[in-house]
Amino acid sequence: MKIFIIPIFILSIFISCSSQDSLDVESANELGILLLDNGTEPQGLDPHIVTGVTEHKIVIALFEGLTMQNPRGEGVIPAAAESWQISDDGLQIVFNIRPDAKWSNGDPLIAQDFVYSWRRILTPALGSRYPDMLYAVKNAEQFNKSEIKDFDLVGVKAIDSKTLKVTLKTKTPFFLKQLAHYATYPVHPGTIEDFGGISNRDSRWTRPENIISNGPFILDEWSINKVIKVKRNNNYWGKADLKLNGIHFFPIDNESTSDRYYRSGKTHNLYTIQTEKIAKYKEEYPDQFKLEKYFGTYYYRINTEIEPLNEINVRKALSLSIDRELIVDKVTKGGQRPAYSFTPPSEDYYNPPTQLDFNPELARKYLADAGYPNGEGFPEFELLYNTNEGHQKIAQAIQQFWLKELGIKITLTNVDWKVYLDRESQGQYQISRAGWIGDYVDPNSFLDMMVTDRGNNKTGWSNKQYDSYVTKATFANNEAERLKNFSKAEEILMDELPIIPIYTYTRVYMLRNEVKGWYPNMLDTHPYQFISLED
Amino acid sequence: MLIVISATFFMVHAAPGGPFDDERVASPEILQQLNDTYNLNDPLLSQLGNYLLNAIQGDFGPSYKYPGRSVSELIFSGLPITMELALYSILFALFLGILSGILASLNPGKLLDHLPMSVSMIGICVPSIILGPMLILTFGIWFEILPVSGWGEFPGDKVLPTITLGSAYAAIFARLTRGGMLEILAQDFIRTARAKGLNETRVVLYHALRGGIMPTVGFLGPAIAGLFAGSFVVETIFQINGIGRYYVQAAFNRDYTLILGISILITFFTLTFVLLSDILATYLNPRLREKGSMN
Repeated sequence: MKIFIIPIFILSIFISCSSQDSLDVESANELGILLLDNGTEPQGLDPHIVTGVTEHKIVIALFEGLTMQNPRGEGVIPAAAESWQISDDGLQIVFNIRPDAKWSNGDPLIAQDFVYSWRRILTPALGSRYPDMLYAVKNAEQFNKSEIKDFDLVGVKAIDSKTLKVTLKTKTPFFLKQLAHYATYPVHPGTIEDFGGISNRDSRWTRPENIISNGPFILDEWSINKVIKVKRNNNYWGKADLKLNGIHFFPIDNESTSDRYYRSGKTHNLYTIQTEKIAKYKEEYPDQFKLEKYFGTYYYRINTEIEPLNEINVRKALSLSIDRELIVDKVTKGGQRPAYSFTPPSEDYYNPPTQLDFNPELARKYLADAGYPNGEGFPEFELLYNTNEGHQKIAQAIQQFWLKELGIKITLTNVDWKVYLDRESQGQYQISRAGWIGDYVDPNSFLDMMVTDRGNNKTGWSNKQYDSYVTKATFANNEAERLKNFSKAEEILMDELPIIPIYTYTRVYMLRNEVKGWYPNMLDTHPYQFISLED
Repeated sequence: MLIVISATFFMVHAAPGGPFDDERVASPEILQQLNDTYNLNDPLLSQLGNYLLNAIQGDFGPSYKYPGRSVSELIFSGLPITMELALYSILFALFLGILSGILASLNPGKLLDHLPMSVSMIGICVPSIILGPMLILTFGIWFEILPVSGWGEFPGDKVLPTITLGSAYAAIFARLTRGGMLEILAQDFIRTARAKGLNETRVVLYHALRGGIMPTVGFLGPAIAGLFAGSFVVETIFQINGIGRYYVQAAFNRDYTLILGISILITFFTLTFVLLSDILATYLNPRLREKGSMN
């Protein structure tokens, strides 16, 4: 009769409940704990090693840089530095670090910690992905590329324990914005030295039992693929204004699971709304539904080194025959906006004057001018994208546009992510799908990429005049002149089209009403110092 | 095992792209550094040699994708979940398979034979990648009675993955049990037992089943190993954080060490379970046992 034990056992699985100690939002509200759906499991929590949005959202809770993203706008506000003075030529900045800024173990946060930390991220052997966030600093790039060995030559000095002097290579108006990026955040020198030293990327110093940080929160628990819990840092200089007692970050990389977590009150936010539910949620929960601009562009990259794509007229024809309005309305359906420039526009700051029309008539004329009337004789080419349903739908739409309007046939090739990256960087593609999210809100974070021979250019495109406008923008005397130069560069880019912008990203998500102090901004950064839970 | 490791090693290194390729291209100097750090610039054979040397000592190296995490650490965080899923699935498969196998063998040629056998044919033919979404659609979306993903997060979320993974094996077990039972039921000692006036339940469940489940027991080893392999698909469909998901993600990320570590584990399980089921079969079957003792 042993066989009958089995059904009883199976039955017990079927009704077995979870034994998780998870909170629901009601009790979390009372405890002051924010429950965040955070997309996926972070690669790690070392600010000098990680890249990515998921990591960013946790790192800014644990660490704090000299400046921080202004949650209400696109600029920066003082963080670990309470003030700074910029010299008249813009080359020297002196930061005054808060007297009461401390590490979570009570050590004072001193200027030397920043010197150490910047040396760490610039140390070639560490293999950081974001050393270029500090390339504006004099000799930083040379040190990172092993051209100089002596870190004393790099433009960062501790004048005294609370004063940091930074010397820049050239005037860099967006440098303060770069300092809000986690790559420039300080790490605790004593801890790094205890765990294998400055160039060890595989150390365990970011584990809850080891980590020492200077941000508003400290790491409390890290259960891989389950939850990361942080709690209030009682040594944080701004603890008096801190309203949250803790944050739980949940790595949920499945959209429908995410949705269920939110609807059953296990999280305060829904990271991404499934496309098919956007319209429904917008109508049923207008106060929780958020649709915000995001500093990213979805575009097609063109290999300008091969025929016939090396001809500007061909690229113009390809761009003019894409109906961007139709793509965002009928294909992507996530509230995206058609892109008419590479840099996403922001009404109050930088609004590039470029326009990319849908004009099939003109497109056919350009194609005829290039020697391919009605697409005759145009070689069949390949559109490369990484395997993803969304990319596929857009590619199919564009395939139809080009066939219908221009008579050009293309084949769609989807490959896995790493193969896609490999082929792109080797130039083994004709047209490929791409996306870019700016690291700081400044046209430079987009336009610098297309300068001749930049690693992320990948199109082989080069235009001396474009390069000079981007350089001029850097040296401009005032903000208006700077933006004007960027606009000029943008015009050249949209005229020659080594890249064809398709749409500007948006963030579409849900947020419960009791979460206050969460302001929309283009980087989708919401510093936790400002957030509270109120009914 | 050495062959499996070496073959996997060369295959993952042959795939285009490397662990450090990213959308935001790192400078050549940095890539060079990263490859140096992990000895990826050495000749492949010396990399393999180093790897084997460390693996024998139980060190499967660091993960490339998750700096600061060792492969062993990642495997041990996912393994209990995969093992739990495999255990439930095998129990489900055994129960359903043996029960319908017995029913079928007792009613050869009748409806109770044809029905479970045709269903089991479907069970063998429909892969879990289709069965999973079908079950999700039916029980999760149309009837809304069971959660469609997760493991231990919502009540009842373990049901659908268990059924999805177990079904194909339930079907195989059913056919094996039916065959085994039919053979035994036709033998003399069963007739004797019935002649003695034992009740039918006791004849079937005690005397006949002992011999009748032999083919099933023999297949148990390969089945468990197969379940581990099958759990990769099921874990991906149902968003379960077992090692199967890591395996799939590691392949996409070109996380060489993680791929190798999990491959070694799976190979080890396969060999172990095949051996164990052979031993169990010998123990249960008096004829095999005697042959062994005579030698």
